[in-house]
This record gives sequence, structure tokens and C-alpha cells, in this order.
Amino acid sequence: MTQSAAPQPAAKPGKREGRIGWLEQTLGGITGSIEHAVFTEQHARGAGFLQEIDPRAKLGMFLAVVLAASLTGSLAVLAALYAVTLVAARASHVPFAFFVRRVWLGIPFFAGIVVIPALFLVPGPRLFELPLGPVQVAPSAPGIIGAVIFVARVGVSVSLAVLLVMTTPWADILKSLRLLRVPQVFVLVLSMTYRYIFLFLHTANGVLLARKSRMVAHTSGREQRRFIGGTMGNLVSRAFMMSNDVYAAMMARGFTGEVRVYTTYRLTARDVLVLTAALAVAATAVIAGRFVS
Amino acid sequence: MSEVEQPVVFSLRGVRYVYSGRHVALDGIDLDIRQGEQVVLLGANGSGKSTLLKLLDGIIGPTAGTMRALGRDVAAVAAGEDAFHFHREVGLVFQDPDIQLFSATVLDDVAFGPLQLGLPPEEVARCCTQALAAMGIEGLAQRAPFELSGGEKKRAAIASVLSLEPSVLLLDEPTASLDPRTKWVLVNLIRDLAAEGRTLVTATHELDIVPIIADRVVVLGEERRVLADGAPDDVLNDRDLLIRANLIHEHLHEHGRIRHVHAHETGDDHHAPGAPALLREVV
Repeated sequence: MTQSAAPQPAAKPGKREGRIGWLEQTLGGITGSIEHAVFTEQHARGAGFLQEIDPRAKLGMFLAVVLAASLTGSLAVLAALYAVTLVAARASHVPFAFFVRRVWLGIPFFAGIVVIPALFLVPGPRLFELPLGPVQVAPSAPGIIGAVIFVARVGVSVSLAVLLVMTTPWADILKSLRLLRVPQVFVLVLSMTYRYIFLFLHTANGVLLARKSRMVAHTSGREQRRFIGGTMGNLVSRAFMMSNDVYAAMMARGFTGEVRVYTTYRLTARDVLVLTAALAVAATAVIAGRFVS
Repeated sequence: MSEVEQPVVFSLRGVRYVYSGRHVALDGIDLDIRQGEQVVLLGANGSGKSTLLKLLDGIIGPTAGTMRALGRDVAAVAAGEDAFHFHREVGLVFQDPDIQLFSATVLDDVAFGPLQLGLPPEEVARCCTQALAAMGIEGLAQRAPFELSGGEKKRAAIASVLSLEPSVLLLDEPTASLDPRTKWVLVNLIRDLAAEGRTLVTATHELDIVPIIADRVVVLGEERRVLADGAPDDVLNDRDLLIRANLIHEHLHEHGRIRHVHAHETGDDHHAPGAPALLREVV
């Protein structure tokens, strides 16, 4: 092949050059989700204080503390509960920076949006006034305190949820839901959903990579939308076909419609002790919240 | 007792299976499989191997013809009659392990069958431990299927059926898409399972594993009928039969002034080291 016969770009790079396209974003998102799930599962099976506790006891502990965080109106108590959460995370070898960042990067934004109206609507002394055209808005001191408590409460609750996920395999979390009288069929459906979501993420990743490998020029928005629509349809079709095969595989192993879930959990004295301690912490937090501001 | 005297496990007479009323997957299959036989169903893609295995497993019934398995009418089993006990005796390992492994962990999948049988927890634990040990994957019990490699998934899929302790094991393309080392590890595991006296029916189009895992070969043709039924050596040395079944193909090419006609496994590189010599011919 001569130099002049070398393949040339099909289209001139436009002003979009250098921007990360939707394809790369989607690929990155899917890959990130899978990597994150693998990391979380591996960490949940590692060594650590919380990892060694029976998942049912752990679920009870976390629910009790989340409930306490929801019931208390004291910022000091919430701070104390968060401190306990951080200590538990440390003892469970959860990567500290990852744990803190994951919770606090999003919470102030999303929880903050929810409480913005409360800043101005809660009655009380106004700290300052903001002129917005013909309207004067003024945040109240009780409104600001309430907003901070709300964000702290959400932060503590989400931290506890993240800590539970980081220290307990998903399969165990789902099975522990039986403790809350969640029917077995829901547990099975949830666990199968968790199982197959990764398979379809892998499939979607493959489809997007195959498209990327054949792209030689920017495509129009219309073409991209057509591709996304086609891919979604293809995935739904595959999922439907696969669901039939999976049902056949279940029948081949004696499934008759009655769901049975396998658990090998054994509650030890240590589990009971830790659960009791967590319940005591939760009760103390609720009571202390009435006396401490 | 000679093998011929063993009781018949599967008996098929004029069995036909049609998908969606249009696509003929099997047509006029006559076949007897006796207890303890290690049968390989050999056929190209689309020859109906997987459909035949599903019929043998009683999860679908024949469209026409009669079929009995372990003394039961397969059409009735497929309709749900006594399926509960039938599936304890006959286990099917699907080609795609992602279909077989539908639970959140390997242990949950291996325990699924025994739990459906309503076995007590200690018995479920014993079945799971034995099945995982037989496949050498005790260390993967708590792993999620999406974390496993292809070979690990295949082993886990077989373990999920072995936990039912079936006397008949049906394997659909057990070595498909595996690297050579993993493939031969799995072939040895299958041979070990056969040595335990199980009836083994394996669907494949890989000729190199046939002599190791089979004492009988049933060739399915692209007409979805049985083309041949015999000993592995007889079938593998019948070059015309293998070409007719699209299991090998011939082509002519030149090396300088010498012309060769090669016959080799469909999809195989006949120049690769280890390519089956018996399938080559030089003219």
C-alpha cells in the first residue's frame, strides 16, 4: 500500500473534538458500575469487624441506628452517631476517603435542594434579607438549623447504608430481608435481578464497544438516538428470550413455583452482643436527643 | 452383566420437535440409551442437539412420536406430572452457564436443586459440599457468578446439577468457548463423573474430546435426523459421514507446486500444532 492510499479520516474533526461523547460516557458508566460492584463484593467478603457479624444481626443493628438518627433532632447526637459509624468503618477496613467522599459529595446537594424551601418558610427570626427583584426572601435561624439537621440526618443514614453494603455481600443483605418478613419470592426475584443486571451491563458494554470500534466519524444526534433505541430493543428482546431459558433451567432442577431460599446463618453470642450494643446506642441516641440540642 | 443387558433409560420412537409450529428441530428420531452408557450426541450447529437434550430432560415434550424416560412418558413429565422426582434422576447442564447460574452466589445456585426437593438443611449442606468438591470449586461458594471466569462458570453450572445427585447427566456443549487447559481439565472431570457409573449424554461438535468421554456416538445430521450410531472409532474414522454431518470440511490449496486436500474440523486451524492428524489427507 502506498502512502497516498492510506485511509483518511471520513470526516473533519469539528468543534466537538476533544469532548467526551455519550458513547464514552455510557461505556465509562457501565464499566464503572461493574468495577464498583466487584470491588464492593470483594470488600464485603474480606476481613473486618462488621464483615464477621451475622448479616441478620447486622441488618437489625443498622436499622436501629438509622431509626435513631431519624427520630433525633439533636445535631450533637447526630454527630456522635456519625462518629460511631466512622469508627465501625475503620474497624471494618473500609477505605476511609472513599467512604466519606461517596457519602458527602452528593448528600449536601440532593438533600440541600429538598430543604431550600424550609429555610425561608419556617417561622422565626430572620438572619438577613435577600432582595430578589420585587420580592424579599429571608432565611430564618430555625429554618437553617432544621436544614442542617436534615442534611446531617440524611448523611448519617446514607453512611450507614453504604457501610452495610460495603461490609455485607448483596446476597446476604437480600436474604436478611426475610427478617423483616419480606416474602421469599421477592427475595428470589431481587437476587435474580441483581444477578442478571451485571450480565446485561456486560452485554450493553459489548454492544457499545462493537459500535465504537466501527465508528470513523461523528454521527448525528438522530443516528445516535436510532442506535440507542435499537440497542434498547435488542437488549429487551434478549432479556425476554433469556428469561424463558432461565425458567427452563429452574424447572430442570425441580422448581415447581414454590420458592425456597438457602441460608446457612448461625447467630453467635458475639452477634447477639454486638446487636444489643447497637440497640443500646440507638436507644441512648433517641433519649439523649430530647435533652441535648 | 454385559452393557446390552442394562435397562433402557431413554427410548425415543419417531420423535419430532417443531418450534413455534414452523421450525423443525428434530425429525423422526429413534434412539435407545441404556443405563451407564456414555453417549456423545455429535452434530453441527443447528442439528438439534440442544433440543434433544431438553427432551431427554423432560422440560419440553415431543411434538410427535413417543418418548419414555426412566419408565415415564416424557410428554407427561413436560406437562408437570412427576417432574419433581424425575429431575432428581435426570440433570441437564445448559450450554450457557449464565442461564444455569441464576442466583446471587454459587452456593445458592448449587443449593437450589436440593432445596426444591425439600431436603433438610443438613442434607442440602452435604449435597452442596460434595458437588462443589467434585468440581474443585469449594473456594468459589460465596462468589457472585458475574465474578467468575468462563471455566469457573462451567464448573459451577455442573456442580449446580450434581448437587441433585442425578443418575443421568445431560451436558450441552460443556467445553464450548474454553481455553485448551480449562477444556481438558473439564474433560477429565467429566470422565471422572462417568467413572462413577452415571449415564452421561454429552452434546458437542468437538471431535477431539469424543474418544475420551464416549463409549457410543450418535451423529445428528443437518436434516435433524440420526445419521449414525456406533462406537467412537467407527464414527470418527468415517470421513464421508463427518463431512455429511458438517463436522469436518475439505478444501484444496497449494504449497508451491504441491496441491493438498485437507479435511479438518469445521472451524479448526489445521495448521495449528495438535490439529487432529487423522483428519488430514495429502494427494
